Amino acid sequence: MLNRTLAPESKQVDEINFIEPLTQQLDNGIPVFTINAGKQELVRIEFIFENVNWDQSKPLQAVAASHLINNGTAKLTARDIAEKVDYYGAFLQTEYGADQSSVKVYTLNKHLAAVLPILRSILNESIFPQQELDIFIQNQKQSLQVSLQKNDFLARKHFAHAIFGDSTYGSNIEAADYDAVQQADLLSYFKAAYKPENCTIIVAGKFEEKEFDLLNNFLGKEWDNHEKSVVNKFEFSGGRKGEVLIERPDAIQSAIRMGALAITRKHKDFPGFQVMNCLLGGYFGSRLMANIREDKGYTYGIGSAVVSLKDAGYFFIATEVGADVCSSALTEIEKEIELLRTEPVTEEELNLVRNYMLGSMLGSLENAFSHADKFKNAYFSGLDYTYYDNYIETVKTITAEELKQLANQYLNPADFTKVVVGKK
Amino acid sequence: MVDFNRFTLANGLRVLVHEDDTTPMAVLNILYDVGARDEEQDKTGFAHLFEHLMFGGSVNIPSYDEPLQRVGGENNAFTSNDITNYYITLPATNLETAFWLESDRMLSLAFSEKSLETQRNVVCEEFKQRYLNQPYGDVWLKLRPLAYKEHPYRWATIGQDLKQIEDAKMDDVKAFFQKHYNPQNAIMVVGGNVKTAEVKALAEKWFEPIPAGERYLRNLPTEPQQKEARQETVTAEVPLNAIYMAFQMPDRVDKDYQVYDLLSDILSQGQSSRLYNSLLKEQQLFSEINAYLTGSIDQGLFIVEGKLVEGVTMEAAEAAIWKELNAIAAEEVTVDELTKVKNKSESIIVFAEMSLLDKAMNLAYYELLGDANLLNTEIHKYHDVTSTRILEVAQRTFVKEQSSILYYLTAQDA
Repeated sequence: MLNRTLAPESKQVDEINFIEPLTQQLDNGIPVFTINAGKQELVRIEFIFENVNWDQSKPLQAVAASHLINNGTAKLTARDIAEKVDYYGAFLQTEYGADQSSVKVYTLNKHLAAVLPILRSILNESIFPQQELDIFIQNQKQSLQVSLQKNDFLARKHFAHAIFGDSTYGSNIEAADYDAVQQADLLSYFKAAYKPENCTIIVAGKFEEKEFDLLNNFLGKEWDNHEKSVVNKFEFSGGRKGEVLIERPDAIQSAIRMGALAITRKHKDFPGFQVMNCLLGGYFGSRLMANIREDKGYTYGIGSAVVSLKDAGYFFIATEVGADVCSSALTEIEKEIELLRTEPVTEEELNLVRNYMLGSMLGSLENAFSHADKFKNAYFSGLDYTYYDNYIETVKTITAEELKQLANQYLNPADFTKVVVGKK
Repeated sequence: MVDFNRFTLANGLRVLVHEDDTTPMAVLNILYDVGARDEEQDKTGFAHLFEHLMFGGSVNIPSYDEPLQRVGGENNAFTSNDITNYYITLPATNLETAFWLESDRMLSLAFSEKSLETQRNVVCEEFKQRYLNQPYGDVWLKLRPLAYKEHPYRWATIGQDLKQIEDAKMDDVKAFFQKHYNPQNAIMVVGGNVKTAEVKALAEKWFEPIPAGERYLRNLPTEPQQKEARQETVTAEVPLNAIYMAFQMPDRVDKDYQVYDLLSDILSQGQSSRLYNSLLKEQQLFSEINAYLTGSIDQGLFIVEGKLVEGVTMEAAEAAIWKELNAIAAEEVTVDELTKVKNKSESIIVFAEMSLLDKAMNLAYYELLGDANLLNTEIHKYHDVTSTRILEVAQRTFVKEQSSILYYLTAQDA
């Protein structure tokens, strides 16, 4: 007779294999890191550029340049670009991140030769037509109006601004900032940022010599942009502590976001911080979820995270809770942090978290794209694969006492910025 | 191409296996053939509430999540108007834990009062977070009852209102389980670094002893052909006026489904699409404009929705949409347009093969539609679409008398 009360035997994950990229260089010096893996005849190519020349008086300069870079070149209109990309079944995405801006293309290999010339044109001869800029400004302002009605958006915005001030990490965008965007600023940003000296290419998918030659052929020649630039560098001193309440009298839920500056991936404590974060609010079984959702039913979801940017790390807890239970939820959150600081975690819970995190790491290496993402995380933090060895070792061996110490060192609610949007 | 093997257990549970040795992980996906369409009209939102209760402990295992996390696994689930789908990903070496957990909750739940009470609250908070406390969040709560008069698609998966969820009783929960959660109403897909023989042995060990239960025979009303245009106006504290237009279309396995899909792509897929270029870029009437299918298993809806640029009247905006719809119903799309959307469909299908979980979910879904191999033949159906068929479908669909139009106005435009 089958005994269903007994769990089957299981093993801790012991082997996690990372695929390290092949390192090459285009003729113009752009480094190319390639994860050549997978069965499908497809590839993702990312052109990644460090954000440069931060100017506080033009907070949307880089954002708008990233957004509009595929909206017209010397040879192609916005529509031509879209028609060609879509015709070949490719996907072209531009992305503005806190530290880098990227242009990525996803395509089937059979269309690579047709798609690369479009990329060449975009990266070399974008002209940022005034008409496209006007449409961008109008539609982004409308979209911002909708976002400003969302409690979680407001909480994110006020939290970021409280800890990062008027840097690009904390940019507190308002409608007027869109109106101030000038075509000339976009062109000058384009010339300063989108150039080979500031570019890294990350490739994932089926990508062999033939494909590399194609890439080199179209993007390995000299580019048009070579203007001087300074890569952004920020320093932060701790931000504004204390409570921020944004009252919305009609709210039926309140958004809560609280946390503080923390360490970056480069810091020796970062992997331990990640274990501590996982325990507190980093997975479905975390203490915050177990208490505030699964026991009290105050929320649909609550979580915490530790984020590593280039010049700063930060920790936060975020949730949306019933407006009537907002104060109780805040009390419970603080209780959970206090518990982490005073009581060592039991071996049983710690083992669960270890196993969960190792399984999660294994599962996050699903395909060529995810291997490339792992490489990027380390590379753009100035680290190599020993970071992951160290991470895995820490997950396996960190002790309850060390976690308690980390909580005392890094999680002090008195130092937190606490934002509540809605009602308290 | 997604390969699979298939067998059926004595109790009627259908099992599919997709072997993929490029990953160290495994996926176990179980689709239950029950969704919000199977609810009674005074107990809506129940299929979804029930999904939450499936994590509240089963007859022999007090906690579902903890033992899974302990072996490095993760899980989640979703409910739609058609189906309820549960999935686990975990290191393949620990596959048996997934069988243990999933089979026990198919056998029977613990039916804990505490879990019911908590999850009622959690789902009410989900209702607020996603539908009530968001600008435009309640659109589908308004649009569904406008577009459907008979079929239970007239309510949303989350339910008609908070009250019906608050009123859910343990007896309802037990009855729902009896009716829908048994092997005959489920499809299991196991994928990843697994072998079919191993999966078969595990399935026989853990799932075959579960009683077959009764087969649920679905007998839902057909939505009658609409004869008169429907229009409704709502106002809310939102910053922009918006329009939502719904047109009746056939079910998911209809021979023309892919024609509809490509029609929506030509109108709205990507920045080269017709609506984007004409309405957003050239005429600048909308700041967002989209066309898509609801993709439901029974008769679906073809949706066109947009947010208006400030100062544009609803009448002008609607007329401009009609102009585009009438144009595509008047003249065949060009060869390039058709090739473009076919190429895009091919890409989307190939890129979806990058994800083990997506493959497993898709196999289960297509098996429910009739045959998992439909996943692999889908691309041919797209290739077979002609511009003539698109024209015919557009003519049949974009008819005023078959439209349901919702004006969603800002408070100051009311």
